[in-house]
Formats: sequence, C-alpha cells, structure tokens
Amino acid sequence: MEIKIEGLEAKIGDTPILRGVDLTMNSGEVHALMGPNGSGKSTLSNVVFGHPSYEVTGGRVLVDGEDILEMEPHERARLGLFLAFQYPVEISGVTVGRFLRRAVEIRFEGQKEVRTKGFLKDLREAMDFMEIDQQFINRYLNEGFSGGEKKRMEILQMLMLQPQFSILDETDSGLDIDALAVVARGVNKMREHDFGALIITHYQRILDHIKPDFVHIMYQGRIVTSGGGEIVTELEKRGYDWVRAQYGQEEEVHE
Amino acid sequence: MSNEAQAVHIDDYKFGFHYPDNSVFKTRKGLDEDVVKAISSHKQEPDWMLQYRLQALKVFREKQMPNWGGDLSDIDFDEIYYYAKPSEEQSRTWDDVPDDIKTTFDRIGIPEAERKYLAGVGAQYDSEMVYHNIQESVAKLGVLFTDPETAVREHPEIVKKYFGTVIPYSDNKFAALNSAVWSGGSFVYIPPGVKVEVPLQAYFRINSENFGQFERTLIIADEGSFVHYVEGCTAPVYATDSLHSAVVEIIALPGSRVRYTTIQNWSSDVYNLVTKRAFAYENATVEWVDGNIGSKRTMKYPSIWLMGEGAHGEVLSIAFAGKGQEQDTGGKAVHCASNTSSVITSKSISKDGGTSSYRGQIKIEPDLHDVKSHVVCDALLIDEHSISNTYPYMDIQSDDVSMEHEARVSKISEEQLFYLMSRGMDEAEASMTIVNGFLDPLVKQLPMEYAVELNRLIELEMEGSVG
Repeated sequence: MEIKIEGLEAKIGDTPILRGVDLTMNSGEVHALMGPNGSGKSTLSNVVFGHPSYEVTGGRVLVDGEDILEMEPHERARLGLFLAFQYPVEISGVTVGRFLRRAVEIRFEGQKEVRTKGFLKDLREAMDFMEIDQQFINRYLNEGFSGGEKKRMEILQMLMLQPQFSILDETDSGLDIDALAVVARGVNKMREHDFGALIITHYQRILDHIKPDFVHIMYQGRIVTSGGGEIVTELEKRGYDWVRAQYGQEEEVHE
Repeated sequence: MSNEAQAVHIDDYKFGFHYPDNSVFKTRKGLDEDVVKAISSHKQEPDWMLQYRLQALKVFREKQMPNWGGDLSDIDFDEIYYYAKPSEEQSRTWDDVPDDIKTTFDRIGIPEAERKYLAGVGAQYDSEMVYHNIQESVAKLGVLFTDPETAVREHPEIVKKYFGTVIPYSDNKFAALNSAVWSGGSFVYIPPGVKVEVPLQAYFRINSENFGQFERTLIIADEGSFVHYVEGCTAPVYATDSLHSAVVEIIALPGSRVRYTTIQNWSSDVYNLVTKRAFAYENATVEWVDGNIGSKRTMKYPSIWLMGEGAHGEVLSIAFAGKGQEQDTGGKAVHCASNTSSVITSKSISKDGGTSSYRGQIKIEPDLHDVKSHVVCDALLIDEHSISNTYPYMDIQSDDVSMEHEARVSKISEEQLFYLMSRGMDEAEASMTIVNGFLDPLVKQLPMEYAVELNRLIELEMEGSVG
C-alpha cells in the first residue's frame, strides 16, 4: 500500500493548521513524525481519517493512487487504514468483545467465515500478548480505563484488525516504561507482515523500541525536514529550539 | 452489535398497514349515555357494571383535561368511535379467527411467539379480544387468564372486590373515560403460591380509523405467587388521530411478585394516555418495564403504592421520541409503609426534533422508617433540535428516609461517531451502536425475546435518522 500526501492543507474553524504537507509512505516502512506541540501532527492524522471538525482546503491524499479525501471515515478504514487515537473515547454500554467482533466482521467481510470462527481464540491470544486481563472482554469500551489501558486497547484493536497501514497518534504519551515496551511489542508484531506505520511522537524513547526507517519533522503545518534515525539523535541533543530556529517562519500578517 | 440490525431495512413504520373495517357492530361517532348503554348491552353485562360505567361517564364530563404534560388540545372527543366489535365470538384457536384479523396477527408475529415462549396469549383487535388462550398446564394450576368481560360473568366476586379499587374513575379524566367505555383487556388471577414461569402476553391492535381503544386490565397475584405479564401494541398509519386510553390495575398480595412489561409501538397518529398502578402489600414486589417507542403523544407513569412492610417497587422506563413524537413518561412510587424500597430508572432517547420528558414522583407518607428510594434518569439526544426534559417531584414526609436522585443528559458526540467509524462502521451503525450501548444496562434486564424485540424496534426508529 502506498500513501501519498500531496500539498495537504486544512483548517479548523478559521485557523489554518496544515499548510501544505507532502509525505509519501509505503507499507513495509515505519515512519516517525516528530515536532513541537501545535505543529499539526495530530491534525494530520485526523485529516487523513476524515475527522468532521477539519476542513480540507487543498491537496490530496492518495492511497494506491486513489484520492480518499471524499471518503467517509469508515470507507477509509475499510481500505486497511487504522488510527490509534491519542485520546480514545469511552463508548458506554458496548463491551470490548462485542465491539471487536463487529469490527473484525467488517474488516474481513467476505472472508468472514475464516476470520470470525476463531475470533475469541484470536482475541484471547492477542490480549495475552498485550498483557491485557481477559476480564476486559466484558468491560465497556474504554470506560473507566486508565490512560495506559486505553493505549493498549488501541494496539489490541490494531492486532485484531490487521491493517496495512497505521497511524499511531502519540500512543507513547503517558505510558510508563513497561507499558511502552508492551505497546512497542504489539507494533513490532505487526511488522512481521506487510505493514507500515506512521508514529507520531514527541519523544525518542518509543523509537528506541520501534526502529523507524524514516523520520520527519513537522513544524508550523509543514514537513520541514526528513531523514533517517540520525535526526532523532540530533533532536535529542539540540531540542525543538533548533527546529524553530532553523525552520521557523514569521506568521503571515492577515489584513 | 446485532446482526439483526443489518438484516432489517425498512424505512417506515412496519405495522402501518390496515385491513377494511369489517366490524360486526360499531357505535356511532361520539360519546353519550346511549353509546355507553349500547356497549354494555352488547356485552350483556350485569346492571352493576352498567351503573359503574354511567357514573364514570358523569365524572369524565366533569373532569378537566390535564393542564400539564403533552398538548392534548387536538383530541376531539366527538370525532372518535368508542366501540367496534371485530367478530362475533372470541376464539381459542387461531384457525377460528377471521382471516383479516388472523393475517394481521401473523404479520405481527403473535402466533409464532405463542408457540415459542408464552404461557398464554390474548389478542385484541379494536374493542374486543378476538383470541384468548392459555396453556393447559398453566390453567390446571388454577391460573385465570381471560378477557375482563368473561371475568365479570364468571368470577364476579373477584372482579367486584378489586375492579376500580386501585384506580377509581375519579382518579383522572382518562381513567374516567376508560371506566365508562372500557372494552377488552385482560383479567389475570394467580392462586396462592403459584409461579407462572413463562410470560402471559396480551397484544393490542387498532385497525379502525378515528378509533378509541379502551382496554382494561386487572391482575391479582395472590400470596406468594409470581407472574410476568407482557403487552405489545401497534396500529395502522392514518391521516387522522386515534386514542388509546387503558387502565391497568395490579394487586400484588403479600409475598407475591408481578412483573409487567410493555413494548408500546403505536403508529405516529395515536394518543396514548394510560393509567397504570399497582398496590404492593407486605413483602410483595412489583416491577413495571415500560418501553415506549411509538405513538404521537404518550402520557404514562406506571405507579406502585407500597402498602405493606417489605414491599419493593421498580419502574424501568425506556422512551424513544422521534419526529413529531412526544413521550411524557416516567414512574411513581408512593411509600405508605416502613421498610419499603423503590427504584425508578428512566432512559430516554430523542431524535429528529422529538421530545422526551421524564416525569416522576416519589411520595413518602408521614411516620415511616427505613424507606429507600432511588431515581436515575438518563437522556440521550441524537441531534441538536431534539428535546429532553426532567420533572422530578418529591413529597417526603418522613425523616428516616434514604432518597437518591440522579439525572444526566448526554449527546452523541462527534468524537464517539468518529472513533467507531474509524473502525469501519458506517455512520448509521455507529450511532446505533452508541444508542444500544446507552440502553444496554436496561435492556439486559429484559427477558431475551423482549430485549431482541426492543432493540429491533429502536434500530428501525434509528434508521434514516442520520446522514
């Protein structure tokens, strides 16, 4: 799967946030997207998934050559895209088990027979792998979960849905070292198959567990530089001030 | 997330069909003493019942319309037919029921439900029960399950003792109306210690236009007995309004337990104004499960009077108000004895400009101790232009009382929809999932068949509500 973002511009209300993002990613690759707060990283993930609060004002997002910007979020998901949310919402009254069964059914429609037969067995295995207590099958989705439990639940969903490409929106934030290792293990397991990911993060530490093939720095709504792992080292050494100094632009003055 | 949701794709009210009006007898439009006498004489009633009706008619004329709740100003009492007799006789087998009527109930699925999971069924078409049957094994236990007309003839001693004692005709205008023109309904008597494990069900169908259905139900659970009674209702869609105004009285004698489940799915031109009340004596339990999906306007607040120590009452109210609908529902508990408890749980959903109002009352008489009451109302708004109201009334005259009240209104959030859609659900399924989740804690308490039925109805109501 190839995801090609071209000149993507988007705003929320009257505030432009993405100001021409260009980024090409393929399944089989892990990309890291870093940048200071407010640079537009989370907006990028929401816009790629079609969040209704954002208005796209320019550019394209092509998945295997097809522009997905007119598609509903569920149609994008059905292409094999997945978004691990920074703040997963609570869905009261809907159990994890029931929810995932339905999501798996949708994902593997047509091959349903094969995939849902062993659903519960698969789910239990994946939960063990993610060190999530089996009791969670009957818990309401994300309701009363701790921050770490919510993040693990996102990765569990990813393991069950087997997307070809995932965006992980600050999945590492708020996780302790052990939880981070478990989350990273989940992502690395996905890499055994044809799978790509865009890992959005502020920090290096998740990238110690999941080695990215490419690293991009976002600032003021654009990708300002791209490279390999060496950029992460540079950032650790010099901080985001270096990015601001190097790539910062004066705010355009609006008349 | 049920697969049923996927299988059903009907945009409109499913039960809106009707057959020609083949009534064998019908009173003229409007209401006066002659109409009441005609109804009574058709039923070959004893004079005491006729006198009761005439008294009630007088009170009906004197009573004011309620000046609270839904707007009832469009009801024209002169434009309604008060009695329509659909067939000459009541049948004990479906084969003896006239074709149109049998087909109607087949389409609604009653005979099938009876075969599968009911101990007895009564089916009312316009004014009369056209079918009534009870499983032999249940009848052998001494359980009586008939229409009230039969009860008046065959068990006058029980009827005279209880009829109108829980809800006198002076209670309110619509109770008076029902008492004057009542027809059909159920009479249930469960002997001491008898537990009827599978439900008895009555099904109410309006077929005629501009029609008023006034069934009357009386349930007496003798000491230590148990019964679960279920009612369902539908009507055709016409351009004009119909009226459904029932009275349901329950007497739960010491140590008994009565559960009464309603799944009301009237068409959108029916005014549904029903009075339901139970007396629960020492250590008796009464539970009202009240699902209101249909109708133009519903005003209904099932009540429990806790008359003896150890009595417990529960009301579970589920309301769905769609376009043009107003569901003014809730529950009432009146504590008249110490060591009594009540729980009222209300869940309402409003969409497409519909209004749901919770209206409830907790009353605790003086000089009581160890009284507990808990009220929870949750409302879910599907869109911006729908309305939810809460009117809790409390009248607490004792000190040793534990009283809790919680109310919440929530709106389906964009974030929840987006989250579920990002997992592959389309918008309709995502909202349905949230609505089902909202109702889940309540629906879980219903027997399986009714939980499925209720979910299915709400799924039908939700279709086309988004996008």
